[in-house]
Amino acid sequence: MTRPRPAGGKRWLRRLFLESASAALALALLVWSLTPVYNMLLIALDRDEGDIEFAGILWPPEPSLHSFHAVVTQSYWLVEDFWHQLGNSFFIALMTMGLTVSIGSLAAFAIGRMRFGRGWLLVNAPLLTYAVPASFLVIPFTRLMASYGLSNSLWAIVAANVTFATPYAILILRQYARLIPLELDEAARVDGASPVRVYRLIYLPLMAPALAAVGTFALLLAWNEYLYQYVLLSSTRNMTVAVAIAQFFNSDEAPWNYMMATALLYSLPPIAIFYALRRYMAAGLTRGALKS
Amino acid sequence: MIDTASVADAGRPALGWRTLSRSMRGGLKGGEYTWAVAFVVPYIAVFLAFVAYPVVYGLWMGSDAGLYRELFADPIYKSSVVNTVLYLALGVNVKMFLALLLSGFFMRPGRWTKVLLLIFVMPWAVPQISTFISIHWMLNGEWGFLNNVIYRFAHVEGPSWLNDRWMALGSVIVSHIWKWTPFWTLILLAGRMAIPLEIRDTARVDGATGLRGFVHITVPLLANLYLICTLLSTIFLLGDFNAVTFVSGGGPANQTHVLATLGIRDAFEIAHPRLGVAAVMSALPLVIPLVIVLMRKLRTAEVQL
Repeated sequence: MTRPRPAGGKRWLRRLFLESASAALALALLVWSLTPVYNMLLIALDRDEGDIEFAGILWPPEPSLHSFHAVVTQSYWLVEDFWHQLGNSFFIALMTMGLTVSIGSLAAFAIGRMRFGRGWLLVNAPLLTYAVPASFLVIPFTRLMASYGLSNSLWAIVAANVTFATPYAILILRQYARLIPLELDEAARVDGASPVRVYRLIYLPLMAPALAAVGTFALLLAWNEYLYQYVLLSSTRNMTVAVAIAQFFNSDEAPWNYMMATALLYSLPPIAIFYALRRYMAAGLTRGALKS
Repeated sequence: MIDTASVADAGRPALGWRTLSRSMRGGLKGGEYTWAVAFVVPYIAVFLAFVAYPVVYGLWMGSDAGLYRELFADPIYKSSVVNTVLYLALGVNVKMFLALLLSGFFMRPGRWTKVLLLIFVMPWAVPQISTFISIHWMLNGEWGFLNNVIYRFAHVEGPSWLNDRWMALGSVIVSHIWKWTPFWTLILLAGRMAIPLEIRDTARVDGATGLRGFVHITVPLLANLYLICTLLSTIFLLGDFNAVTFVSGGGPANQTHVLATLGIRDAFEIAHPRLGVAAVMSALPLVIPLVIVLMRKLRTAEVQL
């Protein structure tokens, strides 16, 4: 100890100060994090259809699940395709997840485990993609989708999402794969296993936590994405919930309680996935994310 | 991210096709080489079809100098540039500094800290569109939640937040900070946890606690990670479309657009795609140096921590 400890009473005071300061900070963080979510709930629980009756109200006087009911039973014209649109959102998210995990793991396996393509392009292509903002690419992307015959197709959205999720997947997977000794692969290959068998029987099982992390990230990315859906999906049948919410937002007569109810319902799947898989997400963050 | 061996490989210029092809093969033989090619083909295909081709196509679309004359004559473009710079300068730095401080707070031991962290990351888990719409209604001047709270507790009428350019822009920036601080806090928290326990213990024994520990231990060890996060966050923020679109809608009177939203507006609402491409491409002088520095930093990152 090079520094003399403060006297007993002072230490106690200092501790009390620190504890109450962090309690205050904790309270502030709680309010800060939850207010917008609470605001969604506040409006969604309001009974009236589109009436501006919120003056001075911090809690709905007669909380009601009426607007959730309207959305779930599709009994208003702006939500008449809610379940179908939710299906579209799920289709996009699951396809994005599946393709990102398979394309990403194959490439990461070849680059990292088979020591293939240590050249400039393969190592840097993911980084370059990382550096191009998605919204900067959307205009030429839309033109190209038209020429690929994919305008107004859910697959165009999947393609965009996979494009932006795969680089991240490759980076995390390569990082995580360093925990698995290369000797395992080599031993299997000496025994005559083909690269496909090594990939299937050694790489995939051992990489399961990282694959889960990467899959979750892809899923959340797809669920958060709005711009490409807005630009590329034009028909009501192919619309997703995100686009439907935006339509609500831009329509003058829309009842806000229905919009907020839709927005809340739309928020439930990612929140559930996020909290259910947070262990794997943490693995992805610490192992790969940015540092590494 | 990239191990030192590959950095060494990448740093050496490939002399001619033979060197290149040998470095691609990386000592793989016959059948294995074929498999390796087959494994990377899907990714290469995605990269060429959906990144390389659109980038080249976009460069071609925005290659007419006349577009930029048209663009620079547009007063909305000028205010968008100012907004973008402010959005970047304040959004990125305030958020990253908060994340740095908060990651220290979340290092505190105890169950309550963990519970609080779970709630704190909520903004990150909720979809962007839901939260930004909610914030938009919260800021409504007449009956928004925020002004209700102000009226309830201070008995004054709050301002109409989104009807003034600077307050609207400020609201967008705060919304961005709200949404993304949790993510960067987690990254920096992971970085702090990666600091070996021995270093922290030794420092504590030597009297480096509190502010001194922060300045002499945490800051030097996290500096590289912090810089990478800042660069990445700058690039992400530059491409951000949702916060501006849903919180301020570019309003009032198109005064709070940033380059990304202006590009989309020109391309799809005014139906002048080339002008839209020109708007986003005018950010290239900023993007290219950022990307170069970022790629260098990402390569040396591992040496640092």
